[in-house]
Amino acid sequence: MSNNIRFVQGNEACVEGALYAGLEFFAGYPITPSTEIAEQLSSRLPKIGGKFIQMEDEIASMCAIIGASLTGRKVMTATSGPGFSLKQEALGYAIMAEIPCVIVNVQRGGPSTGIPTHVHQGDVNQARWGTHGDHAIVALTASNHQDVFAMTVEAFNIAETYRTPVVLLFDEVVGHMRERLVLPEPGEIPIVERLRTSVKPGVNYHPYLPREDGRLPMSDFGGVHRYNVTGLYHDMWGFPSDEPKIINELLHHLMDKIEHRTNQLARFKEFYTEDAECLLISYGSSARSAREVVEKHRQRGERFGLLELLTLWPFPSDLIRQKAAGARLVVVVEMNMGQMCQSVRLAVDRPERVFLSNRVDGVFISPSDIEKTLHLIQGKGV
Amino acid sequence: MAVKDYIRERFFPHMWCAGCGHGIVLNGLIRAVEKLGIDKSAIVMVSGIGCSSRIAGYLDFHTLHTLHGRALAFATGVKLSKPELNVIVPMGDGDALAIGGNHFIHAARRNINITAIVMNNRIYGMTGGQCSPLSGYGTLASTAPYTNVDQSFDVVQLASAAGATFVARSTGFHVQQMTEIIQEAILHNGFSVVEVMSQCPTYFGRRNRQGDAVDMLKYMQKITTPIGSKAKEQNPELIERGVFVRKELPEYCSAYDTVIRRAKEGK
Amino acid sequence: MGKRKLKELQINREWCKGCGICAAFCAKKVLEMDELDKAVPVRTEDCVVCRLCEMRCPDLAIEIVAEEQIEEEDIG
Ligand SMILES: Cc1ncc(C[n+]2csc(CCOP(=O)(O)OP(=O)(O)O)c2C)c(N)n1
Ligand code: SF4
Ligand code: SF4
Ligand code: SF4
Repeated sequence: MSNNIRFVQGNEACVEGALYAGLEFFAGYPITPSTEIAEQLSSRLPKIGGKFIQMEDEIASMCAIIGASLTGRKVMTATSGPGFSLKQEALGYAIMAEIPCVIVNVQRGGPSTGIPTHVHQGDVNQARWGTHGDHAIVALTASNHQDVFAMTVEAFNIAETYRTPVVLLFDEVVGHMRERLVLPEPGEIPIVERLRTSVKPGVNYHPYLPREDGRLPMSDFGGVHRYNVTGLYHDMWGFPSDEPKIINELLHHLMDKIEHRTNQLARFKEFYTEDAECLLISYGSSARSAREVVEKHRQRGERFGLLELLTLWPFPSDLIRQKAAGARLVVVVEMNMGQMCQSVRLAVDRPERVFLSNRVDGVFISPSDIEKTLHLIQGKGV
Repeated sequence: MAVKDYIRERFFPHMWCAGCGHGIVLNGLIRAVEKLGIDKSAIVMVSGIGCSSRIAGYLDFHTLHTLHGRALAFATGVKLSKPELNVIVPMGDGDALAIGGNHFIHAARRNINITAIVMNNRIYGMTGGQCSPLSGYGTLASTAPYTNVDQSFDVVQLASAAGATFVARSTGFHVQQMTEIIQEAILHNGFSVVEVMSQCPTYFGRRNRQGDAVDMLKYMQKITTPIGSKAKEQNPELIERGVFVRKELPEYCSAYDTVIRRAKEGK
Repeated sequence: MGKRKLKELQINREWCKGCGICAAFCAKKVLEMDELDKAVPVRTEDCVVCRLCEMRCPDLAIEIVAEEQIEEEDIG
């Protein structure tokens, strides 16, 4: 039992989760505050016969994991703000070519080099819209190490199930904080393995023809089926096409396979939401302070609740609308200028009751910061 | 097997212009693979974006048509993940050495067993004739209307200095040499670079008054010479063809196997 | 070994784009361009099966079929 308990950084919890999920190939480039993920994997992966490579930059890292994924491996890269910006073009490629992969972004303060060693959650919208063109994306987050582990496993499972990149959006506080992690036994959390085609050699295999359940079985590079992979719009064999019908259908497929499953993909936690008059909505390390605030007010008999989002994208609008339906006040707690708050306002009825409690100076948002916002809101007579 | 067994015939005639040198590279590459008798399923071709990069779609291998400049980064992932595969990376000169220059030197430095073919037409064909890092001083391009004042790279020197363990150059005129060199490059255990001087009659030829494809090939014949030839001594301006570097250094994937062994032994 | 002999010189007219490379560089002037700007073999008897036209064609439009070596030796 004690064997399974670790006292680790959030970044290490992510490493443990990735290995539990079956990670076999990692490519990365050092950047604070994500570097520990690369360092740890450089030591852990070869021990299990996996591969680690430090590439020349973040673009190359993203490209390398896509290449490795096509040979049939579970793959991941990890970075922070500036590196996440560099990865965007290749991230779009993975979306277009439907390549399972996991991209960790341990957020720091931006824009630009910003503030490397301090906490921010300013990449929420970048995770959604960082790469050009219409697309859908899955982004997950967590506020504590047990959830970092679980969401990392979940990221691999979603990536493999839907043949899609999945972004893990952690933050500096979660990444660097030390806390207890209980490693689940093998088999305790289900692992999704890659779905491979059962099409026999010599029979026409369509890498981009979804089955009835929407899944697209893959065939590893080096296997019997030779096909094309491209970032151009393509037909079901993967060959470039500029036919309007094919373009239209592919774009809808790429959007729908994620967006139509928004509710199914929504991972969240809730604390006293049923009767909450004041609903806090938060995610990542900010949710830790939000939770403290909620507990304190509950002890005083005040009807506070917390909705902690683990899935940030596709944005769980239905969930938020439902949970916020009975609340008089909705306060979004985050460490940016209101990126999630904006989406919440769009999701709920009566958006005028939605307020932002934030901190953007690189200092971790504390329960008293949130209390201050609550006072201000109350002062406004809401 | 015949040439037709290596191509995806339904896409022919291909998209390249009449007389485009990239077609000659396609031709030579097929013959090289045919002579080596490599199983088509054991080859992964990774290309970037450009006229040159479209070569991948025409070949019946596992083909990965990626992003402008990034082919070698993708290829590194493929190769390290599954070293038993033969990985061939054809690139345009802009693809390989402008936007992809960093990946190029680092792949060379690692000495990963990948065959890089630079299809050097000294111009950006796909986007309509802008200058490339290989256009050369004094040439004309749509973005160098008053002549280009950028100096160019020498692919051979660059690749050699960056650590490639096989470096060669040939042209679309010298097809036999080109085919033999590509064969040797594929067999070489390490990072190999083959620069093939390729003609773009549509943009480079027209702008620089080099005439049509035939004239451009004649010009390549005229301005090149075998490595170490007498002609070179007399006329240092001549561009040398042949194999410049052929050496053994630890190959990256094999070296990584050592890492795995050490990690497992706990050292 | 006897000298190789041409059996057939096939030009795929659908694929030929008329660049003229094959005709320009054939040392034996076996090929010419026709009025539709497609390559045509005109002096096949002069062909020495060097295969350079086949290898230089950017469009993979030329196929040189040589007489079987064995037959050649029989004749020789
Ligand atoms: C990131 C990015 N920048 C620019 C382009 C536009 N682009 C496409 S191909 C190309 C250059 C092609 O030239 P080269 O690589 O020399 O190949 P060629 O077409 O001459 O064979 C450029 C600039 C792009 N596709 N992606
Ligand atoms: S534009 Fe130039 S490089 Fe592109 S196909 Fe035409 S001749 Fe070839
Ligand atoms: S080289 Fe090929 S494409 Fe050019 S003219 Fe001859 S047959 Fe036609
Ligand atoms: S094989 Fe040689 S001799 Fe015969 S047509 Fe072709 S280039 Fe001319």
